[in-house]
Amino acid sequence: MKAKHQRLTLVLLALVALIGAGLLAAYALQDQASYFYTPSDIVERKPEAGQAIRLGGMVEKGSIQRSADGVTVQFIVQDGTAQQRVTYTGITPDLFVEGSGVVADGRLDANGLFVAETLLAKHDENYIPRELEGIDMTSGKHKTETLVQ
Amino acid sequence: MIAETGLIALWLAASLALLQFALGAIGLRAEREDYFAAIRPVAVAQGLFVTLSFLLLIWLFLRSDLSVRLVVMNSASVKPLLYKFAGTWGNHEGSMLLWVTVMGLAGAFIALFERSLKRETLVATLAAQAFISLGFYAFLLISSNPFERIFPIPAEGQGLNPLLQDPGLAFHPPTLYFGYVGLSVAFSFAVGAMITRDVGAAFAKAMRPWVLGAWIFLTLGITAGSYWAYYELGWGGWWFWDPVENASLMPWLAATALLHSVTVLATRDGLRAWTLMLAVVAFSMSMIGTFLVRSGILTSVHAFAVDPERGSFILALLAIYIGGAMALFALRVGTVKEGSRFELVSREGALVANNLLLSVILALVFIGTLYPLLVEALTGEKLSVGPPYFNLATGPLALLLAAVMAAGPLLRWRRDNAKALLNRISIPILVAAAALFALALFATGMSVLALLGLALAAGVAVASFAPLWKRNLRRTPIHTYGMIIAHFGIAVALVGMASESSFTEERLVAAKPGDEISVNQWKLKFEAIEPVAGPNWTALEARMTAQYGDGALYQIQPQNRMFPTAQTQTSEAALLTRWNGQLYVVLGDGDNEGRWQVRVWWKPFVTLIWLGGILVALGGFLAMIGRLRRGYKQRKQREFVEAML
Repeated sequence: MKAKHQRLTLVLLALVALIGAGLLAAYALQDQASYFYTPSDIVERKPEAGQAIRLGGMVEKGSIQRSADGVTVQFIVQDGTAQQRVTYTGITPDLFVEGSGVVADGRLDANGLFVAETLLAKHDENYIPRELEGIDMTSGKHKTETLVQ
Repeated sequence: MIAETGLIALWLAASLALLQFALGAIGLRAEREDYFAAIRPVAVAQGLFVTLSFLLLIWLFLRSDLSVRLVVMNSASVKPLLYKFAGTWGNHEGSMLLWVTVMGLAGAFIALFERSLKRETLVATLAAQAFISLGFYAFLLISSNPFERIFPIPAEGQGLNPLLQDPGLAFHPPTLYFGYVGLSVAFSFAVGAMITRDVGAAFAKAMRPWVLGAWIFLTLGITAGSYWAYYELGWGGWWFWDPVENASLMPWLAATALLHSVTVLATRDGLRAWTLMLAVVAFSMSMIGTFLVRSGILTSVHAFAVDPERGSFILALLAIYIGGAMALFALRVGTVKEGSRFELVSREGALVANNLLLSVILALVFIGTLYPLLVEALTGEKLSVGPPYFNLATGPLALLLAAVMAAGPLLRWRRDNAKALLNRISIPILVAAAALFALALFATGMSVLALLGLALAAGVAVASFAPLWKRNLRRTPIHTYGMIIAHFGIAVALVGMASESSFTEERLVAAKPGDEISVNQWKLKFEAIEPVAGPNWTALEARMTAQYGDGALYQIQPQNRMFPTAQTQTSEAALLTRWNGQLYVVLGDGDNEGRWQVRVWWKPFVTLIWLGGILVALGGFLAMIGRLRRGYKQRKQREFVEAML
């Protein structure tokens, strides 16, 4: 193989690899990226039952109910206009309290109940989950300043 | 006074960096020998002053000097000494000062000890290094002064985020920073070599220890970070594809590719332009990582828009350095002569495959990390890219990469034939096939990826030792052992990952003291719940005993901690490590009936993930020792021959 040919082959290989990466990414993104929904988004866009989505909003005051088994919790997530019932089985995060922000990954079941697989609460007083930024915290008891660390 | 002294030292260091850059730039243009001679002591002085500045900041934190704003914001007088110390870099300003300190020290180190590089290239490298430092000095002095005073002086500081109060985390950021900065040195070398058109084996040999060093630190940093997330967050996972994690993974992927291509350049004088390009990309990834973590853009695009100064500054630095280097690359790549040629089936060929695969994985992680930010910035639509994307996109490629890794070291340089390779690798292939067969028969419910990963890992583990076949073990160079151990470490980590994802068992219950919880062969007895207190926290602690089958009894005590200064609660998972896995217990909230939420995982062989990471770093360390020793010997020989002539 001549030097020039070799360089050309390498460049072509790199190009093919990059294009391949782009296509693979596009495919995987289209298939897997879970879209973020607020309760009003769910009302508007009506995601199908069973589709993996991420739900974000504020935990409605007085809505947290613990089940008899001691490990399942039901609550309502709201964004000021709409409400969404959520159930979660597991240890709730340290900062999961009524009136605070929450982000849940999961699916809607056939009855419109959101079954959360993971639950993320506001991490600490300086951190608001990225998706919750800008959501009206009508029931939030205090407004926290987002510090850039 | 100490704060002012620190600031003065920082200004002096910045001025010296400017001088260092000017000496190099003007000296190279005018070919002034005296400028070349002066640049070394200036680089050393810069390193000393910036180190002094950083030491003074540490001193302020240790003494909890509450007249300094940064101390007030990030520390408190009632805090263990270790966290006062670590608090120095647990914030924006301090971590930027740490970054520029390590850069200054690296410059001083090059000035003092680098002997094999052509002098002009060394001068250009030091000038490039000073130019990068200047950006960070400007950043610190203009917008992030760590020594700023506060008035009136408050009675107490605000404390450090409780999640960060952990011995592992105290040393996690500096480890990653050493890695990032090591890549900046590689970048400076590449810029220096492009300026003087001196790209060849000697340049690669001078750059290699820095790439290797950076890579070792990044490996350790990522391993430690993963373990920290695993036990501190209490979610039982070891990698979340969180953007902050990706910010450290991307430079590692680039550094891994660079490490292998620089070996081709040093040994065979091939892949010249590609290696330069990778050096630029690797440092770009460090800068992008710093930008993502430091600008606040991950918390939200809006937080970034509200306080854009810091983010914009890093972004501007990124544009200047990377844009400049890319432009230089475009100008000079035509004049870089292509190195030696090689056949497709050869060690070089395998290393090219390694580089392409790593680049593609890097591109996929990059797209997945930045895509949501881009979409939100452009359309305002919020989007999340999660683990399903990353696992689907990178998993199969990572397995392919592991297969290449098994074959590569068994190939000869320049040319080889596929049949001979197949012969050499037949035993590992048989091992992998046997493992696949056994797993398919006996292990049910494994995902395809985990199944293939586990089988492949068995083959790779055997193949990694194949380079020693029929060799004199005592005459085999240390760096070959380094490569073997690093590759074996990857196999070990793969086993851990596949096992954790396939064989983990979990129980979630609400239990009263006196209850028994069983998971796999383990029996957990919940004895009692009691309050305990630490230096700056109080906690509820569950006393439990764990027993595997009829084996010995172990104490295990998960906690729920309260930090009064920060009004924050964290759960401290309790881990019980056995040779064959870890028992992981988290204590949740209690209810009115006296029951407590308890979550228990049994994770077979999960520790292999981090053990593998440590082996990989250890392999890098051995390679470093081997290379440095050989370089030293060769230089001594050369000097001896020169003296005889």
